[in-house]
Amino acid sequence: MWVPELVSNEELSSKQSRTHTQGDQMQYVISAENLTKTYGDVTAVDGISFNVPAGEAFGLLGPNGAGKSTTMKMIGGVSQRTSGSLSIMGLDPESHGPEVRAHLGVVPQQDNLDEELKVRDNLLVYGRYFGLPMSYLRPKADELLEFAQLTDKAKSKVDALSGGMKRRLTIARSLINEPRILLLDEPTTGLDPQARHILWDRLFRLKEQGVTLILTTHYMDEAEQLCDRLIVVDKGRIMAEGSPASLIREYSTREVLELRFGSERNATIGAELEGIGERLETLPDRVLIYAHDGEAALEQVSARGLRPLTSLVRRSSLEDVFLRLTGRSLVD
Amino acid sequence: MSTLAESHNPGSHNPGGHSVTEAARNRRFGPMYSRNVKAVIARGLMATKSSNWMVMLSGFFEPVLYLISMGVGLGAIVGAVQGPGGQEISYAAYIAPALLAVSAMNGAVYDSTWNVFFKMNFAKLYQGMLYTSLGPLDVAMGEIFLALLRGLLYATGFTAVMGVMGLITTPWAILMIPASVLIAFGFASFGMGITSFMKTFQQMDWINFVMLPMFLFSATFYPLSVYPQYIQWLIQAMPLWHGVELLRQISVGIFSPATAIHVGYYLVMIVLGVMLTAGRLRKLFLK
Repeated sequence: MWVPELVSNEELSSKQSRTHTQGDQMQYVISAENLTKTYGDVTAVDGISFNVPAGEAFGLLGPNGAGKSTTMKMIGGVSQRTSGSLSIMGLDPESHGPEVRAHLGVVPQQDNLDEELKVRDNLLVYGRYFGLPMSYLRPKADELLEFAQLTDKAKSKVDALSGGMKRRLTIARSLINEPRILLLDEPTTGLDPQARHILWDRLFRLKEQGVTLILTTHYMDEAEQLCDRLIVVDKGRIMAEGSPASLIREYSTREVLELRFGSERNATIGAELEGIGERLETLPDRVLIYAHDGEAALEQVSARGLRPLTSLVRRSSLEDVFLRLTGRSLVD
Repeated sequence: MSTLAESHNPGSHNPGGHSVTEAARNRRFGPMYSRNVKAVIARGLMATKSSNWMVMLSGFFEPVLYLISMGVGLGAIVGAVQGPGGQEISYAAYIAPALLAVSAMNGAVYDSTWNVFFKMNFAKLYQGMLYTSLGPLDVAMGEIFLALLRGLLYATGFTAVMGVMGLITTPWAILMIPASVLIAFGFASFGMGITSFMKTFQQMDWINFVMLPMFLFSATFYPLSVYPQYIQWLIQAMPLWHGVELLRQISVGIFSPATAIHVGYYLVMIVLGVMLTAGRLRKLFLK
């Protein structure tokens, strides 16, 4: 199994002194300033700035077309920014692409495993792209197959693997060069719950080993589970930034009361609920009341003589924050 | 495993005690090249091991079948024809070097167009490669090398078949093998550059539309003199004619100042093709 080595105090202090001499840049493994990308008339990324310190799990959340994947591509140096600055471990990925990518592991949105090669060969060949010698790659490939729970599939063809296995192999492949930064573009999209939980566990272990994780996702529970800090992106701009808990505190209430009065009445009942909780949202199928105390809010509803068909009090989640910031209308 | 700790120094990330960035530090083409063409070649060889050998074999047999049917079959009616330098040779000996030039062209074009088109747009192979230390130039050079390696094998096989059929009369003929690789290089470097403009299968069909007439009319089966002057000029401007003439001269060991022009044509084609491809790769992969 892959055992992480702790950074000794000596190394830490040498790191700090280097930080001191080389300025702010080195504190962050990724530093983006006014990052902008336009394709013709379309602005995919519109002047976003963020910093990611080493070892953090950093999330990029946003609806489709928000500019998450474009940002990932610019970090990997495979897409050129239109303006702004970007520094990956002190290097500009545009001018130092191969060097920057030597430190990166990339898990793209769609698996792009080499279907012409067997499972273990996928790892070996990918390692050679980094110029790594076979004497290092052979034991490393076995170690990663173990990590990805694919040891007994080593000699299988890639197209014989299930979706979850392919995803795990893609992640194993991204680790072949022992990256300091792992870019994960929707790593669990299309996986069943079992496969997702296995992946989360693997990603959490990597984080424990000090790997910086940069993650885009549509799943708010995934973001809450994995991310120390995240930005919510919409239309190429940062809408909010912070830890999952602080975002919930800032943009939502502690609890949410969900009421269903039937689709006929939901729309008209809003006025009668006025003043309960901190914020009220009327949806076609239900009414949401954002309140610090959901039970208390429900009592107030009953006190006004309103009888919902069903009621549910739940904790506020990142999903509430996300929908508040990016809206409920469909994005295509 | 001391490497994880070491990796906290960004300058010397060093898995397995081997410097990843050594190649990159020496790079001359910036983010385009990391001096690791051999990794792309190794991948190609490994993929060939598991891929369908029938595809490989059909590429070898195609010109052999042409040679047997046209050279032997049609040749029985045609009889002897005038070869380079004016001496009489059998019809099979006349078309054999031309078929070799055609097969060098076809193999190189297939590898550098359809194969590249598929790997780029469907297998997403290059996208994966370019998220590593590899640059686009490593990928392009590796793929071209593999195409040439395959061309070398075919040319060697075909030349051996010519020998077995008694169509080789001079030791010069062995030079047809490197000359075939030169022809393949010219077509492969250009083919890859042209493929970079292609977006759909319909556009890819244009490649066949250009190749087939070139195959039929480039003095492959009969001499250029049957055409009126202006058609001759048109054909002489095409690359395949130079390949056909070059190999035909080599096959009988009779050279002329035109030989240098044929070789020069391909050298220029290679230089322009590589420049086109390298220029396009940045646009394609580093959007």
